[in-house]
Amino acid sequence: MADESRSRSAGVFDIRLIIALLMGVYGAVLTVLGIGFTTDEDMAKSADININLWAGLAMLVFAGVFVLWAQLRPLTVPDNVESDATEEEAVEPGH
Amino acid sequence: MTVLAQADLRLDANAIDYLLLAFYFFVVLGIGYLARKQVSTSLDFFLSGRSLPAWVTGLAFIAANLGAIEVMGMSANGAEYGLPTAHYFWIGAVPAMLFLGIVMMPFYYGSKVRSVPEFMLRRFGKPAHLVNGISFAAAQILIAGANLFLLASVVNLLLGWPIWVSVILAAVIVLSYTALGGLSAAIYNEVLQFFVIVAALLPLTIVGLYKVGGWDGLVDKVAGGPGGAEQLSSWPGNQLTGFGDNFLSVLGLVFGLGFVLSFGYWTTNFVEVQRAMASKSMSAARRTPIIGAFPKILMPFIVIIPGMIAGVTVTELQGENKAALMAGDGAESGATFNDALLLLMRDLLPNGMLGIAIAGLLASFMAGMAANLSSFNTVFTYDIWQAYIKKGESDEYYLRTGRTVTAIATVLAIGTAFIASTYSNLMDYLQQLFSFFNAPLFATFILGMFWKRMTPTAGWTGLVSGTLAALGVFALAETGVWDLPGQGASFVGAGAAFAVDIVVSVVVTYMTQPKPAPQLVGLVYSMTPKERLKHATTGDDAGWYRSPGLLAGIALVITIVLNFIF
Repeated sequence: MADESRSRSAGVFDIRLIIALLMGVYGAVLTVLGIGFTTDEDMAKSADININLWAGLAMLVFAGVFVLWAQLRPLTVPDNVESDATEEEAVEPGH
Repeated sequence: MTVLAQADLRLDANAIDYLLLAFYFFVVLGIGYLARKQVSTSLDFFLSGRSLPAWVTGLAFIAANLGAIEVMGMSANGAEYGLPTAHYFWIGAVPAMLFLGIVMMPFYYGSKVRSVPEFMLRRFGKPAHLVNGISFAAAQILIAGANLFLLASVVNLLLGWPIWVSVILAAVIVLSYTALGGLSAAIYNEVLQFFVIVAALLPLTIVGLYKVGGWDGLVDKVAGGPGGAEQLSSWPGNQLTGFGDNFLSVLGLVFGLGFVLSFGYWTTNFVEVQRAMASKSMSAARRTPIIGAFPKILMPFIVIIPGMIAGVTVTELQGENKAALMAGDGAESGATFNDALLLLMRDLLPNGMLGIAIAGLLASFMAGMAANLSSFNTVFTYDIWQAYIKKGESDEYYLRTGRTVTAIATVLAIGTAFIASTYSNLMDYLQQLFSFFNAPLFATFILGMFWKRMTPTAGWTGLVSGTLAALGVFALAETGVWDLPGQGASFVGAGAAFAVDIVVSVVVTYMTQPKPAPQLVGLVYSMTPKERLKHATTGDDAGWYRSPGLLAGIALVITIVLNFIF
């Protein structure tokens, strides 16, 4: 039972890609806003930094790094489960 | 709640901001849906089937604590007290997190208990178990309420919706993903939330620092403000503790906050420990709090500093307003320190970034509340329902119970949101709660883990008398018999709870019978063979960069250096 759930949770979805998706979309929207839709008023508000542009670019880079990480080190089902972990279901705790 | 409404804080959000916010909720609910597919047993639901990698549980470990309370409460603290607030991170959190990973985790993970109260059951028996289970459950509901209230006030500002509408809507969203995907959904969302929170706060801090003329500009302005230069160095922190005397103040910080409150909070709070228990191996479990310590060390820079910037740049909070608030009177502007972050966002962020900042705040609220709910349902189902009310039902039955209990807890949290709304600085409220619940628990744990003679009766009498001692200090401070401003009352309360717990436990131990030695294996340090506390160093756990001891050493050095600099 325990081993089954362990392998399934490893295989179903990779949280790194979901984080990259959210950050990537945010980054893209902010970058477009920063390049095309930043008014002088916006600039004055944020201490003359085009914060949408910079934050957007940073988020795109971040998303890229996470995708790369997920590609280079894909999730694997662990085959060498620690010895004590295999018996966790055998122990009935607390009774 | 009326306090927030008095100042005009309506954020100037437009369609883009709402779109970014909507996308965030879409992803959050998507994670709940995906995680549901993995839940087939109660262990999957309550402990993620013990299958998660250390970096996920490590980030979830601090994200669970990085609720709106932490983000807004700590920036409120930053605005009010300045840099001494960093003690909550460097004296408070980090050493305790390292201690948890190095010393205590082998007992938790190694004994295969499913919750902290279950550890109490095996070490001290039923009375201590029941006391701990019930007090933990009650505390979670109160804290979840504080999270809800904060979210409601944010949404109230943003959309102008009535508080009760946003409370209920927010509760429904958190409920739907925690009830669907259990702990996995909560943990995955916490990791996501962590990144969104950083993405919201880091740009805000950078823009804010530019605005005040860099670090030097901030230093000048804070030193010239009502708090004075004292707010720029973390020691001795008199304003924070409320002690006039430097020595007492340092003592209060190190012993009250650093030792009792923080060790109590981080090492015995099941909200945190549960994240480590969900990891896939002993090594990963030990690394969970240690990995979490690294971002925790840096957190003051994006939480406290924005608060300080708000305290000197935001019209409603600076100058006379700040002086009035520090004296305990309402500011003329109607703002409170809890508004610091919102006001700063209003002043500095253009549309786009504003939407992400709002998403970050809502994210932090949900991280906190989901953490409260997911640990509440585990403790309630395993430690109260299964242990005392409905024994021996099928696993499926308890899985269903867990989902139902999550829903009931959400409804109760809506009620406690209204208690939280009566405090002007929510950190005061929370530290107060921790002094009641966590400080005595830590005393009992540390005695129980290292002193095999300690008896079951001592376990529960110590807990009860410790909590009563903290309540006594609270009553004295509230009625004005003992004048303790700032957060000094909760530090003293925690110290009293700890001391009373130890004394009562020792006295009772010598009057009652200890448990037979064989029942203490894996629960008490001297009774546990050293091999049982070791972890594997092969496969996924190999490599020096995965060594808990080394990682902890690096974190400790960074913390000490930071304490010297600031």
